[in-house]
Amino acid sequence: MSAEIEYHEQVSKLIVSSSPHMFANTSIKKIMWTVNLTLLPAVVFAVYHFGLPALQTLLAGSLSAVVFEALTQKILKKPITVSDGSAFLCGLLLAMCLPPAVPLFVPIVGSFIAIVVAKHSMGGLGYNIFNPAHIGRAALMVSWPVLLTTWTKMTAAVDTTTSATPLNILKLQGYDVLIHTFGSRSEMYKALFFGFRNGSIGETSVLLLSLGGLYLICKGIIDWVLPLTMIGTVGILTLIFGPHGFMTGDPIFHMMAGGLIIGAFFMATDMVTSPITRKGRLIFAAGAGAITVLIRLAGGYPEGVCYSILLMNCITPLIDRYTQPEIYGGRK
Amino acid sequence: MLGKLKWGIHPETHKTPTEEKTIESNALPLKVILPVSQHIGTPSRPIIKKGDVVKKGQLIAEGSGPVSSNIHATLSGKVAEVSERPHPIMGTCLAITIENDGLDEWAEDVLTERDWQNLDNAEIIQIIKDAGIVGMGGATFPSNVKLSPPKDNKIDTLIINGAECEPFLTADHRMMLEHSERIAVGILILKKVLGLENVILGIEDNKTNAIKVMDKALAGTNVKVMAIPTRYPHGAEKILIRTILNREVPSGKLPMSIGVVVQNVATAVAVCDAVRNGIPLVERIVTVSGSAIAEPKNLKLRIGTSFAHAVEQCGGFKVTPEKIIMGGPFMGVTQYTTDVPIIKGTNGILAFTKEEIQCGPQSPCIRCGQCLKACPMGLNPSMLSILGERSFAEEALNEYHLLDCMECGCCAYVCPAKRRIVHYIRYSKKLSAQKGGQ
Repeated sequence: MSAEIEYHEQVSKLIVSSSPHMFANTSIKKIMWTVNLTLLPAVVFAVYHFGLPALQTLLAGSLSAVVFEALTQKILKKPITVSDGSAFLCGLLLAMCLPPAVPLFVPIVGSFIAIVVAKHSMGGLGYNIFNPAHIGRAALMVSWPVLLTTWTKMTAAVDTTTSATPLNILKLQGYDVLIHTFGSRSEMYKALFFGFRNGSIGETSVLLLSLGGLYLICKGIIDWVLPLTMIGTVGILTLIFGPHGFMTGDPIFHMMAGGLIIGAFFMATDMVTSPITRKGRLIFAAGAGAITVLIRLAGGYPEGVCYSILLMNCITPLIDRYTQPEIYGGRK
Repeated sequence: MLGKLKWGIHPETHKTPTEEKTIESNALPLKVILPVSQHIGTPSRPIIKKGDVVKKGQLIAEGSGPVSSNIHATLSGKVAEVSERPHPIMGTCLAITIENDGLDEWAEDVLTERDWQNLDNAEIIQIIKDAGIVGMGGATFPSNVKLSPPKDNKIDTLIINGAECEPFLTADHRMMLEHSERIAVGILILKKVLGLENVILGIEDNKTNAIKVMDKALAGTNVKVMAIPTRYPHGAEKILIRTILNREVPSGKLPMSIGVVVQNVATAVAVCDAVRNGIPLVERIVTVSGSAIAEPKNLKLRIGTSFAHAVEQCGGFKVTPEKIIMGGPFMGVTQYTTDVPIIKGTNGILAFTKEEIQCGPQSPCIRCGQCLKACPMGLNPSMLSILGERSFAEEALNEYHLLDCMECGCCAYVCPAKRRIVHYIRYSKKLSAQKGGQ
């Protein structure tokens, strides 16, 4: 028998809380900065490809987004959370979807709309219905349509094509002119794959964006279902509805052109605005892919990734409601 | 489709501080505190009064009602008081305090060697009931109730749970290594009572030595030892049944309804002791661990021993603990004092320091979906937490299967927004119970 021990001194300030008492080493901050990092290769390539104006646009977009978020949170007397990287990511993605040499006010106004209107007027991170970066871009598109569709020449080293984007050429001059512009079909695929073509700052390099996306999939941060379904849907539909009739399309071109790759890997996968269940994600991505094709082939714009994702964002809560996971013991 | 293929989590196990350590039984405490509620069901009724002299193994509180359990004196000595005392789960509870007289004498009528193979089933169930045996894995459901299923439930399989999936805990693991013979006898008794052939002992595959030892102990019987993948929460009854038998217990029902009974390895030991040797449930194995404990150990302790006494057997606190938990880090209950006693379901005492708690401030759900991936029950914890936050208990109950949540904590573990998902779910459950007039 030992003397009775009491620990009143040491245990006078014990924390009493609901279980669990163990947590994984993860945080929103880690996730967001990881996504930012996976965009870095494409960003570096863009600066090499489009020159200094691209860097200015990217910096203006991302940094102004951070400033706007800090200001909004200060005014709303909320804790300032800019260090979590989500505002930076939003501004960066927005700038990556702009032409390289827009005046500096364009990315700044875009970031204002994305952060203040699309994100914080809804309640901040986690509450926004629409992808803020895409809302920013859509608002700029209707406000300054000319600026947003003026494509400057690329840096001299890779100046092999005209200053129009491939999807623009396709829309205005047709598929045969498009092939002619690049020389041959395989040359065109090569240019698209490595990113030596005109377009928005961050959308051109299929290779680097896909590598970033694959890294996120391996890390479990994004679900492979979303990009695969969206890109796959675009491929299948563009093959079926070709320029010379049924089944004459060029799916490889369509899958690599425009903003599809960046949209599928980095925009459609935005956690807050896409469905939470896998079934839901499948529906969401297929819908976004289908709307993209509809706009590209039959709409007034050459590209439709931005609008397709925004349109699908509207019905995300609805999709979530009808695609609840199958529960244990729910089988009859 | 056969259930969810991906579920659960792989947390760091933290079992190394104690998994190699032999079970120790050290100095007895000066007193034991025995709450009348140590099990699921109606509290027991004290049948002694202050000042009575009791002996070890003597019945001091009787089970009342169909789901209840007996409680025995775990020391010999004098009943000091019958009063409200701190309780590790309920806050406070009526408890019988016995002062140790230092003799540690057994009551006369308890120790009886029996030839269990010649006992009939009703007798065995009565012995188990009298011995106050409850589920020792932590759920504390009275074992005799599990062993007498209603007539229309045909039981075809007995699963023995040796998964021990909670990090830090090694009590069952050591039990399997050191007392395999008692476990084997306990399993055979349970098998005889249930009158079935299909018996499976499930052990997580990180305990290879335990699998080997149990294989040897059960050689010559038709009890199968099955290695199951190491994954939390594999020790949860419903999940274990799905892995081993590929059956699912319907929502709101007991495993009995699909012909399965699950018992913990520690329960098997208690059954063996009671039926073969006449020893009622007076002690159990407890893992004392966590970074605030000087020397983590597996201890054999009398039920009713205070946490303080258990911690003292392990060299006391190395540093000031921030949290003291009864059970594992995922489903354990935090304590406000070390004066609480060890009860029948206490499989571990953990003392955590600030560094081990690690939970940062909570932010709104970013809908990343990690919790849906982790949830072993296929629920939508994201939505449940959001509904809980807004007190929408009814919607959670009717549309998001609130009551199917077993509070294993996988969702809160993986949440990058550090949301207290389980807390919100508990809150919703409380709210809906109030509205239901319970």
